[in-house]
Amino acid sequence: MNNLYVYCEIEDGVVADVSLELLTKGRLLATTLGCKLEAVAIGHGLEGVGAQVFPYGVGVLHIFDDARLSPYTSLPHTAILVKLFAEEKPQIVLMGATSIGRDLGPRVSSALGSGLTADCTSLEIGDHEEKKENKVYKNLLYQIRPAFGGNIVATIVNPECRPQMATVREGVMKKEVLDAACKGETKKHDVSKFVSNTDFVVTVIDRHIEKSKINLKSAPIVVAGGYGVGSKDNFGLLFELAALLGGEVGASRAAVDAGFTDHDRQIGQTGVTVRPKLYIACGISGQIQHIAGMQESSIIISVNSDPNAPINAIADYVITGTVEEVLPKMIKYYKKNTK
Amino acid sequence: MNLRIIVLAKQVPDTRNVGKDAMKADGTVNRAALPAIFNPEDLNALEQALRLKDAHPGSTVTLLTMGPGRAAEIIREGLYRGADGGFLLTDRAFAGADTLATSYALAMAIRKIKDYDLIVCGRQAIDGDTAQVGPQVAEKLRLSQITYAEEIINAENGEITVKRRLERGVETVKAKLPIVVTVNGSAADCRPRNAKYIQKYKHAKTVTEKQDADADYTQLFSIRPYLNLQEWSVADVNADVVQCGLSGSPTKVKKIENVVFQAKESKTLTSADANIEDLMKELITNHTIG
Repeated sequence: MNNLYVYCEIEDGVVADVSLELLTKGRLLATTLGCKLEAVAIGHGLEGVGAQVFPYGVGVLHIFDDARLSPYTSLPHTAILVKLFAEEKPQIVLMGATSIGRDLGPRVSSALGSGLTADCTSLEIGDHEEKKENKVYKNLLYQIRPAFGGNIVATIVNPECRPQMATVREGVMKKEVLDAACKGETKKHDVSKFVSNTDFVVTVIDRHIEKSKINLKSAPIVVAGGYGVGSKDNFGLLFELAALLGGEVGASRAAVDAGFTDHDRQIGQTGVTVRPKLYIACGISGQIQHIAGMQESSIIISVNSDPNAPINAIADYVITGTVEEVLPKMIKYYKKNTK
Repeated sequence: MNLRIIVLAKQVPDTRNVGKDAMKADGTVNRAALPAIFNPEDLNALEQALRLKDAHPGSTVTLLTMGPGRAAEIIREGLYRGADGGFLLTDRAFAGADTLATSYALAMAIRKIKDYDLIVCGRQAIDGDTAQVGPQVAEKLRLSQITYAEEIINAENGEITVKRRLERGVETVKAKLPIVVTVNGSAADCRPRNAKYIQKYKHAKTVTEKQDADADYTQLFSIRPYLNLQEWSVADVNADVVQCGLSGSPTKVKKIENVVFQAKESKTLTSADANIEDLMKELITNHTIG
């Protein structure tokens, strides 16, 4: 009882990275709390899920397998979680901040009357004091997230309501197997006891999943552009340099909003979090919400015509100059001096 | 088929353009320095509603917003673009609401409006980016939901067909009305204000705003009833005050911090050839690149 639950997203029998990242974090939090880590898998064709999640230290895996549960629709998955959580009374529930988790999480939290914090960038365990009521709450989940467009960081707690729910975006937490030999218990549930026919009100009539062509998250080198790149054409220079170095092109929200490049390439609080060994920031001023998504890069080079750009403070190398001037020189030197 | 559509919209500070003066010396946000705008994705939602109205003449689009008195501007902005009316949910008791308390208040107001076929809203608001209010309103009203909508393809014979834009693909779904639909920023932009509607509604005011209105206009409000914007309090929508605002919010803000990043000792270079060459050489030598 009162364990930590992770809702696992599954596509074609494969558990999503974001869910494995949450299991990794969940395992650490559960150890701190001295409780078990449990996983919930809802869908169809879930035979292989156990082998994927147990190495992360999952104690109990709850399986809800029914052809009608895949692809995901809001009401049946909500009905399952609401009933399961009402019975099991988890203290914490984690979900991916994906189009599924952000559809399901709020609905479940509303039904259970519990608090949910979206897009957390950090989760910790700690105590909380309500001074007015002179009450101390032990071992709450600190749900830490940027707010106000990333200009401040807020720590949110749910003192009274359970479960404490949080969503986390893909790539924010690290994915790490605890022990490949770990085994847990599998509980197969009778789906008909959890959902009724009236829950199947939304029908998916067409669906094509496009595998992401851009793999920013695992790129060793990221060449990212901001509003200062100036145009879609100038972004071509970034693509050229990235291709040459074996990296990917990223962008700030301002560059995406200006239409210089696709939304898929956005790095930051509302985009992807990256940790490459080299990050070349081109014409990026360094809004906090962007820095939050790239500050753990090993080496940061900032190319900016403004010597006082905020991003320069966290850069290892600051090149004061324009993108049009600096990037061709980098490209030229690299071409000349490598095979 | 005539559709009765409710659009949920929020007035938000424009967090996308946070300048240096937006932070006070003590590190808190200076809301006064940020312009208040119509939440961008709520405008996308309004456009979807107006398109349905265009396709089904006789349909109505009603805005519902919660906020301080000045949020009445959101209703006027909607009217200028083709909406038919709106309600402002305003009460000190709503202040400090998290998403759950907000959803409760909105759901109570929607119950008061009573007759509707479709509720649309933006996927999320730019001041919080939570995307929680749409689904939570749906849950409170015991309605189903379609989130991440890019286009409402049609709404006919009690059914709605919607194209959804997800992280890695596209999905088309069908469902029965009434339902809640949340609309993505990738959906069509909202139409601009229409000069004819600006003329018609520019004097539209809430009861509170009317108190400050020029006496010359007082007559107008009885001659043209559509200029009276409705204001609702907690009591007007029969809401339980304990479930509103701060007391109705399970999440509490423990701490707010200004974001400070650990500054590094940086090496400053110019764009001179020699500088760039040295840097590239260093990166190749230490195997960062190459």
